[in-house]
Amino acid sequence: MKRKTLFTIDAQPYRQPIPVYGYFFGSEEKTLAVMGAIRGDEFQQMYTAAKLVQELIRLEAEGKIIDDCGLLVIPCAGQFSMNVSRRFWPLDNTDINRMFPGYDKGETTQRLAWRIFEALKGYTYGIHLTSLYLPGDFIPHIRIMDTGWQENAEGLDFGLPYLITRKPRPYDTTTLNYNWQVWETRTFSLYTKATDFIDEKSAQEATDSILRFLTRHGFLKDVPLPEGEATQAVSEKNLVTIRNICGGILLHCRPTSSQVQAGEIMANIVDPYTATVLEEIRAPQKGTIFFARHAQIISAQTIVFRLIPG
Amino acid sequence: MNMIEEVVSAHLPVGETLRIQKNRIEGAEPKKRLAIVTGTHGDELDGQYVAWQLARVLKKRQPLLRGTVDIYPALNPLGISTIYRGLPGFDLDMNRIFPGSSEETMYEYIAGGIIEDIAGADLCIDIHASNIFLREIPQVRINEQSAETLLPLAKFLNLNFLWVHSAATVLESTLAYSLNSLGTPTLVVEMGVGMRITKSYGDQLITGILSVMSQLFMLEEPCPPVAPPIVSTDGNVAFVNANASGIFIPRVRHEERVEEGQLLGLIADPLSGGVREELHSPASGLIFTLREYPVVNEGSLIARILGGAL
Repeated sequence: MKRKTLFTIDAQPYRQPIPVYGYFFGSEEKTLAVMGAIRGDEFQQMYTAAKLVQELIRLEAEGKIIDDCGLLVIPCAGQFSMNVSRRFWPLDNTDINRMFPGYDKGETTQRLAWRIFEALKGYTYGIHLTSLYLPGDFIPHIRIMDTGWQENAEGLDFGLPYLITRKPRPYDTTTLNYNWQVWETRTFSLYTKATDFIDEKSAQEATDSILRFLTRHGFLKDVPLPEGEATQAVSEKNLVTIRNICGGILLHCRPTSSQVQAGEIMANIVDPYTATVLEEIRAPQKGTIFFARHAQIISAQTIVFRLIPG
Repeated sequence: MNMIEEVVSAHLPVGETLRIQKNRIEGAEPKKRLAIVTGTHGDELDGQYVAWQLARVLKKRQPLLRGTVDIYPALNPLGISTIYRGLPGFDLDMNRIFPGSSEETMYEYIAGGIIEDIAGADLCIDIHASNIFLREIPQVRINEQSAETLLPLAKFLNLNFLWVHSAATVLESTLAYSLNSLGTPTLVVEMGVGMRITKSYGDQLITGILSVMSQLFMLEEPCPPVAPPIVSTDGNVAFVNANASGIFIPRVRHEERVEEGQLLGLIADPLSGGVREELHSPASGLIFTLREYPVVNEGSLIARILGGAL
């Protein structure tokens, strides 16, 4: 393993220079790169990448990375925000993950995106450990932007329960995932259960899934791993969105991954003054809870669940 | 006749309704409709003055009014009321979620209701006021894709500068792009600085709005005299960004004409008493954007210079 400082975040005189490290394994080939936390609350993403670094140090020492495979892991590029408990860039609240491919002469977060992208460009495969714009619990899954030049089948090689394909919307076109694909890296976003807290089990699942991908593509040899799951591919447009009509306290009745029957109560919206149930959120059809909104109180007309039908 | 009308609403979690409202000012037939829209970003307040003063001006001219003027003073009332640029509790900028959706979040539902209400107007003027970091001269910004339709009317808005900018996919989720796509001509105005009101700019724009109304035969009075704007494309705009972090000390004034190489300002280091960077103008021209907020990071925009023959 070689640790290199990819660039430094400089906001002197009142903040000290912050190095952004890349951990390089194997050869000089650009085989696969993993991006961890970009936002300041992506603790789970940073931790997952850190666990991967730990595993790859061990595997490299055991000679289990094949000769012509080169790997890069960047655990974190969001330190400047993370250390002051902010999700986005603290000065102007901009999101580095809405600034790709970046611009080296542009504004602060455009420059940071550019530096990250310079480090990540040119790899055959790219994995971004990321978080959604809505706080919630997911079933761990791989997400691929349906840009027309992606290879969906490779998303099955992680052995996570689901592979979700998504048609990009205009605001997706400035994310790392989208631009990585445009620059011809086969790109996957990996979502674990958590963002702003550490979920050990799903962090381990995510780490294993990346090692499984590397093994199935022949980049690691003789690495015993849990078998993984038979991945089900689902287009995001086929997920069933369940929204609420009333605002109030949100009380979940069924956790993520649960199977629900048509008509079954999944959550209640409760009056914040009397605890009366204002609305029962019922499953419109049989399915598996793929996404559950994480909120104590909730406004009306908002996604509460996404269901995989069947 | 004046009437306050609800555009769209949704229940907030605890005992409050988010209600987007408009002030409808109706004149005589024929029924042309002008929409004046502002308050998308909660820290942009120049539109508040324009909404208030325009309503008063039009009330006095009501006998001369032909058609309907809808004034939407606050598309993001929660942002304005909390001194917050974005949508409280939501990651995405409001001007990146249009045309909205009834299948996603509350804010996208609200965005959809706003679009539905404005669509079909003969003209929409979307008033912005920069952010807290930059001071702007009064200007109209037009996407090059809509330039042919919008330029003739924009010239009557009595603003100093008309910037025809290049298209970007991410901008397809703005209010203006969405409305223009639906066939509702929409002009974007930028002026002033965030969290402040520059009354003279507001009065200048109101004269322009009256002028445009005369052009549209919505006011039975002669078109007030307006100054023609400087019209420019991206090619004539030079950007100056900080390359060091620190405190910006300007050496020029906003709206000043500068020569190529002229000192625009310093990035000061209050800790050492030193100068971290001297910033010079890359072109001769008019400073139409100037840094207002002194704290800068590497990359922070300092100035935009409109070059060429002025």
